[in-house]
Amino acid sequence: MIQVCKLVKRFGLKTVLLGLDFEVQEGEFVALLGPNGAGKTTFLRILSSLSRPGLGEVRIAGYRLPHQAAAVRRILGVVSHQPLLYGDLTAEENLQFYGRMYGVSRLEQRVAEVLEIVGLATRRRDLVRTFSRGMQQRLAIGRAVLHDPEVMLFDEPHTGLDQDACVMLDNVLREVAARGRTVVMTSHDLARAADLASRFDILSRGQIIASAGRSEMEPDQLLAFYRQAISAA
Amino acid sequence: MSEIPVLQEPSQAVADRKPAPRRAAGIAHAGFLRALWAIVWKDLAAEMRSRELLSAMLVFALLVIIIFNFALELDARTRYSVTSGVLWVTFAFAGTLGLNRSMSMEKDRGCLDGLLLAPVDRSAIYFGKSVGNLIFMLVVEAIVLPVYSVLYNVNLFNPGLILVILLGSIGYVAVGTLLSSMAVQTRTRDILLPILLFPVIIPALIAAVKASAGFLQGIPMDEITPWLNLLIVYDIVFTAVSFMVFDYIVEE
Repeated sequence: MIQVCKLVKRFGLKTVLLGLDFEVQEGEFVALLGPNGAGKTTFLRILSSLSRPGLGEVRIAGYRLPHQAAAVRRILGVVSHQPLLYGDLTAEENLQFYGRMYGVSRLEQRVAEVLEIVGLATRRRDLVRTFSRGMQQRLAIGRAVLHDPEVMLFDEPHTGLDQDACVMLDNVLREVAARGRTVVMTSHDLARAADLASRFDILSRGQIIASAGRSEMEPDQLLAFYRQAISAA
Repeated sequence: MSEIPVLQEPSQAVADRKPAPRRAAGIAHAGFLRALWAIVWKDLAAEMRSRELLSAMLVFALLVIIIFNFALELDARTRYSVTSGVLWVTFAFAGTLGLNRSMSMEKDRGCLDGLLLAPVDRSAIYFGKSVGNLIFMLVVEAIVLPVYSVLYNVNLFNPGLILVILLGSIGYVAVGTLLSSMAVQTRTRDILLPILLFPVIIPALIAAVKASAGFLQGIPMDEITPWLNLLIVYDIVFTAVSFMVFDYIVEE
């Protein structure tokens, strides 16, 4: 579903991604782990077509970036650090707006479904600026799944969430994975990553330095695997 | 927290995602217009709630014309000769406030990324933001004109002047929306926009001031026409250029 070959990304003189190779099969849930500054967010921004690849090739569902970016965006759902929501619109209006942008048919019905999924049906007429960080993140997830994307990218989605919101997010992530959607999630929370993902890739200094499937290790071995990979890099 | 309901099966929207090739062009056209109006609707709905943008533009514009009114003690004849200049200075500075605020709203919560992630032609985003900005600017102008008329005792209800204001505003917003989307990505966005915008907008401002003065002072039409033509050409050229380069400007 996702193929990345020898990806290089530079910002001025600084090289953030250094010949990165990465592949994800359809239905796989990959946790992308790594220290701050490893290039995780930059990599996800390239996958989501928000940033141009410097050198190398990036393909999602056979579509090549950046040339076929519009086709990629149609099958992509993205949850980032920021909620990408308008504070002066209600939860319902935000989803209606994004639904129109994505050309979602039967929009009213789909918006109601999604608000139910993220547990905000009773707050649908409230302005987003009155929501807590956790509620905004829940609505951000609703925005990302609104058009039922085949590939989902989560950039540190648990950041700033309370325990209840994290549990809700985990449930949504499990649902998405159970339905055969392809998921790439960056995280610093190794315990959550171990619980959710089917594969763990470790990104450091712009390259994937280690990779392991869930079948190759017990969840409690992920921390040791991560430390070993980082110290060897 | 209650158990999360199971996600529904893929909706009809997903089944419809890959249209037949012969329908593709029509759907793309409809998608462009749908996205454009969605952005306009969103900007208007958000502004109806917050009233941040319009109130800032209006208060600033009214203050400018009041300050000019006290600063320039004008006789009846001079009033007509300075009116076009005062009006366009007011519109230009108030417009800059509006453009900055309009794009800041997109940047503050990362909403610009949300727009850029949508599977629509990015020029639809540009035109959507431009139409929204134009509506805000025209609303401010519609309020400023009668206030100016009363304060300066000048009749501004002249169809020619209204046409010039419309053409000038289109050019201003066409360039302003493009440059504000560039400036908003910097830390110094509030000061960068006027520095970028005013040198580029000078030809349109000069043409608008000259044409407005022509209509207000009853100058023959053949002397006004070159300025009107310049405004029209400016609008067409800069709208086309902005349409072509917006995608590159918003891309990282």
